[in-house]
Amino acid sequence: MSRLVVGAHYGIKDWLAQRITAVLMAIYTLVIFAAVLAGATSSHDAWRGFMAHGAVRSVTFLFIISLGYHAWVGVRDIWMDYIKPTSVRILLHVLTLLVLIGYVGWAIQIIWRL
Amino acid sequence: MTTPLAMRTYHFKIYRYDPDKDAKPYMQDISVVCDPMDKKLLDAMVKLKAKDDSLSFRRSCREGVCGSDAMNINGKNGLACLTDLAAFPEGKPIVLRPLPGLPVVRDLIVDMTQFFKQYLSIKPYLVNDDPLPERERLQSPEDREELNGLYECIMCACCTTACPSFWWNPDKFVGPAGLLAAYRFIADTRDQATNERLDNLEDPYRLFRCHTIMNCVDVCPKGLNPTKAIGKIKEMLVQRAV
Repeated sequence: MSRLVVGAHYGIKDWLAQRITAVLMAIYTLVIFAAVLAGATSSHDAWRGFMAHGAVRSVTFLFIISLGYHAWVGVRDIWMDYIKPTSVRILLHVLTLLVLIGYVGWAIQIIWRL
Repeated sequence: MTTPLAMRTYHFKIYRYDPDKDAKPYMQDISVVCDPMDKKLLDAMVKLKAKDDSLSFRRSCREGVCGSDAMNINGKNGLACLTDLAAFPEGKPIVLRPLPGLPVVRDLIVDMTQFFKQYLSIKPYLVNDDPLPERERLQSPEDREELNGLYECIMCACCTTACPSFWWNPDKFVGPAGLLAAYRFIADTRDQATNERLDNLEDPYRLFRCHTIMNCVDVCPKGLNPTKAIGKIKEMLVQRAV
């Protein structure tokens, strides 16, 4: 017998976090766009100096964390929509998490290396 | 002398499938001559049925109240009885298919069990443990206003069967019609089970498979907005959580 089980009682926090991270990323994109227009990336050294600035480094860090969390909720949603077998879905969830954590770690390493 | 009424021939491509006879579904080409008294698609279909009585479809009130004649008309879900015949372009066949995403019983008739199961899962009735008042349970006009745009749903399933999230997870996702009905009772000031209703929906599948695609809003023959109702449910969940 296959019993249908729903009622996991989560979802609203992820849904809310997806919206909040989207707003943060949009603000970051506008700030970076403004900085590019203002000439912050006119040369390689200028660009490097800009990204190495403490404030820019902090907001870039927030951006990367937001992107990672946003992508986790979004990609997990895709697996939940289309992948039916629980074992395959768990595997894909784990792979997604590992890849995203790897990306976030790599990105943080890059911005703190500057 | 009155001017002669203009007759018009309508060409149809209709999804036909009789599981007792057909190995697989096929599209039937058929045409019918209509007079200006035939205003709606359903009028033409009634004439088609007279021509080929093996054609099966549901219909009842013929005025957009019962919701039986929902079908996929030229790729978009709608009610045959509310679809103007005159609006169809000349020379192009009208393509009729059953509502997508539900099992076909025969021709344009689908098995709506899954749809109604989801509807029942949200407890579509008032829950109030107070003793019954002498007359009715009263509401202020402002509170009653909240129910506008929610109670008018005729359960035709146009929205739910146009929703890709319902196509992929019909057993787990409540679907736009069910969620609209859920919010109709959440928004009702006479209902006392708001928290239980929200608990029942706080689920990654039951509610959060809605990705605001908004096909439901696009097809609703009554002009309702399930996406807005779903947004309000999410808003209440946020209010409750933070």
